[in-house]
Amino acid sequence: MKIINEMKLSFPSESKNEAFARSVITAFVLCLDPTVSELSDLKTAVSEAVTNSIVHGYRHTEGMIYISAKIRGDGRVTVKIRDKGCGIADVKKAMEPLFTTAPEEERAGLGFAVMQSFCDRVKVKSEPEKGTSVTLEKFFNHVDC
Amino acid sequence: MIKTEYQNHVLTAYISGEIDHDSAAKIRARIDGAAQSVKPRVLCMDFSGVSFMDSSGVGLVMGRYRQMKLLGGALRVINVSDRVYRIFAMSGLEGLGVLQ
Repeated sequence: MKIINEMKLSFPSESKNEAFARSVITAFVLCLDPTVSELSDLKTAVSEAVTNSIVHGYRHTEGMIYISAKIRGDGRVTVKIRDKGCGIADVKKAMEPLFTTAPEEERAGLGFAVMQSFCDRVKVKSEPEKGTSVTLEKFFNHVDC
Repeated sequence: MIKTEYQNHVLTAYISGEIDHDSAAKIRARIDGAAQSVKPRVLCMDFSGVSFMDSSGVGLVMGRYRQMKLLGGALRVINVSDRVYRIFAMSGLEGLGVLQ
């Protein structure tokens, strides 16, 4: 399906940028005239992925987070969140609900579970010491772009 | 973002705006500071002003639950929207009996 809009964004792995990333994604998909629920689902999933990059990917270090997003003519939105952090040795284990490597920081271990619950598809690619990319896919009902 | 009020042994924290990893750290510090100071019997977290929450909010509530246990008190979480409840439900938080 034809891409009708796309964008790229990069920013440092600082927690203040979680809200920034959510705002950008919100603005990007507004042309689809999304419902409150659709918008909130995507914002929440993006927030989880960006937080994972900050808290886990760049744990005790700093780096850049890269987001690319596309809107297709059928209302399909894909958002890829990528970091060049420590990577995940066992992606399957990391995606288990309530699994966390940072319980002392009050992380609930629900990041991937929330992404999967709020999006139609979630793909995770990761390599230790190289980084992680998470691709979120969600269908929106209203297409006016 | 947060306002606290202490009355009749109940510390109420009125949370407003967005709860994410960034803001949760600030909210946590404010609530824990107030709780350590007044040692309430009940900590009541009021979510009526919360416009957005990701799973950082679960950690925030679970952490305050443990803090109140240590202080010998109880936690109540009130005025939770359907969206916020959906995330709490994923965590099994309902089982603690703090959601009202």
